[in-house]
Amino acid sequence: MSRYVALDGAQAVAEAMRQINPDVLAAYPITPQTEIVQTFSNFVADGLVDTEFVTVESEHSAMSACVGAAAAGARVMTATASAGLALMWEIVYVAASNRLPIVMPIVNRALSAPINIHCDHSDSMGARDSGWIQLFSETAQEAYDNTIQAPRIAEHPDVLLPVMVCQDGFITSHGLERVDALEDDEVRQFVGTFQPHKPLLDLDNPVTYGPLDFYDYYFEHKRQQVEAMRHAGPVILEVADEFAKLSGRQYGYFAPYKLDDADVALVVINSTAGTARAVADHLRQKGIKAGVLKIRVFRPFPVDEFVAALSNCKVVGVMDRSDSFGAMGGPVFLEACAAFYVNAKRHQPLVKDFIYGLGGRDTTPNQIEDAFRDLVKIGETGEIDELVTYLGVR
Amino acid sequence: MAIALKLKELAQQPERLAPGHRLCAGCAESIIVRQTLHATTDPVVIASATGCLEVATTIYPFTSWRVPWIHNAFENAASTCAGIEAAYRSLVRQGKIEEQNVKFIAFAGDGGTYDIGLQALSGALERGHKMLYICLDNGAYMNTGIQRSGATPHGAWTTTSPAGTVIPGKRRFRKPLTEIIAAHEIPYVAQGSPHNWRDYMKKVQKALDADGPSFINVLSPCPRGWRHETNETIEMARLAWETCFWPLFEVENCEWRITARPREKKPVEEWMKRQGRFRHLFTPANRHVIDKLQAEVDRRWNKLLKLCGEA
Repeated sequence: MSRYVALDGAQAVAEAMRQINPDVLAAYPITPQTEIVQTFSNFVADGLVDTEFVTVESEHSAMSACVGAAAAGARVMTATASAGLALMWEIVYVAASNRLPIVMPIVNRALSAPINIHCDHSDSMGARDSGWIQLFSETAQEAYDNTIQAPRIAEHPDVLLPVMVCQDGFITSHGLERVDALEDDEVRQFVGTFQPHKPLLDLDNPVTYGPLDFYDYYFEHKRQQVEAMRHAGPVILEVADEFAKLSGRQYGYFAPYKLDDADVALVVINSTAGTARAVADHLRQKGIKAGVLKIRVFRPFPVDEFVAALSNCKVVGVMDRSDSFGAMGGPVFLEACAAFYVNAKRHQPLVKDFIYGLGGRDTTPNQIEDAFRDLVKIGETGEIDELVTYLGVR
Repeated sequence: MAIALKLKELAQQPERLAPGHRLCAGCAESIIVRQTLHATTDPVVIASATGCLEVATTIYPFTSWRVPWIHNAFENAASTCAGIEAAYRSLVRQGKIEEQNVKFIAFAGDGGTYDIGLQALSGALERGHKMLYICLDNGAYMNTGIQRSGATPHGAWTTTSPAGTVIPGKRRFRKPLTEIIAAHEIPYVAQGSPHNWRDYMKKVQKALDADGPSFINVLSPCPRGWRHETNETIEMARLAWETCFWPLFEVENCEWRITARPREKKPVEEWMKRQGRFRHLFTPANRHVIDKLQAEVDRRWNKLLKLCGEA
């Protein structure tokens, strides 16, 4: 049943949260996430949700309260961005390591210093080793859809890992779109009733969460987390198929665009994918076979599927909206190189990195066209002059 | 309805903290925890901060806790406990679980309370969660090897406030934490000590009965950090009270009351001279430090008497 509403990315996520109706929300405001929690606060104040809203005094306490509430046996959500995610970083690891299925919308914003409130991906990339599942959303629609799928992924008994649902700060979060929203009972049925795994509030079966591990057990506990993450990939696809039946919108690990016969392709995350597709179309008219691979699932990184999706491209440009100072390139580039390297027998394109849009720097069609043309030149010469290009820096 | 504190009956109760944990001989923390858990027969869920108690009672694959228990991190016992309490309220309100008169208790050391944990505690108190926060105050970050905290007494040796030739121990006075918590105007705040178990357990009962957040600061002598014999723990607690270094009082709905008053106020050096961490002060050159601490103890005691209307 379709109902179209005009929502920005933050409102879309808040709407999804309203329909999920979590038992507990513990959150602290930070630009550009604030609208999510403010919108949700109105739902709470008007009695439209059953959620216990804990107005914590910092993001560290937000994730701490989420851990307590989730361990207690509640369905729990929070939301943050940038420095807020950085502040809760210690407990972000605790949440994943305790296998708590917390769902957290992230509104991607640059990390300080200098302080910058605009979009880049440094915040969620900084948490990529934490054990959280990471989904990225190009549009308000995708942010809404990902948020609704997130509890099903997180709570799956083979997974039991927290999920972060990311969208671009301001560009998506504050951009008004026509969103196709589901009906309340459809969402309720889709997410189902939360069945907590070993909750603290099962008083007859007391459990201890967060014990001390010496060197004789810690490694095994981490290895178990690895297994959970390995199960997450297939579960993400299963849930996406079920969601497709409900909504008519099919999700996967990626969204490939004109890759079947592309000579050159750009790999991109979140809103810039839209610009990249428009530029690809424009270049196709000029005879350049350009394609785009938009990544939706960054953790777990779907190595083999990534390589397969780009198997026809001779030259791949990875777009990173964050950097890893001291590394060969940005985080997505490093994942891509590793994926291609271990699959070298199958396919080995030439790969380079475009770091763009840091601190909300506008990324224009001209810049993306330059990037594609750079890939074309690499294809012709077989030489990569510059492994990492900083697109749009003055 | 609080249970009667009759020793014979209390001794028959099941032990909710199992023996076999790794706390040092003479550590007051398990004594205090057991006094706490014996003060009520209600079900409890416990959140513990990183510290001696947490580390010594939950070395995987063992646990001493026969009740639901969570350790999250060092600075967030209060916010973790708040999350559990919020979950309970939500699930009961929605009819997803039954109301079961569960009590939510947070245990943390002075490290996890006075210093790194103060923000989380203050926030939880302001939000009015129905939980009891118990600070086990042994006056230093003991679990990491006796480093100074905001609770360390003036002049005490610790590894980060050593008794040197130029600086003779900790330079600052203790943070008046119980007073800071009382300033949050929550329903019940108290200071307790394991040497007077009846006084402490009554306080636990009052705290658990409060319609909102409650806090008890409990003195927890540490033979290792204080440098006294392992069989002197209770005596060290009593002396701290007799010297008025650690008064026993409560603040019930903002009404201050001394709950046990020493018959005779002993000089604070009676307590200090029994502990190796103060030994360096008993020289002519450092005598002034003892005098300064005595003056501060007197000032705070007189201030407390005024607040309690007993001056």
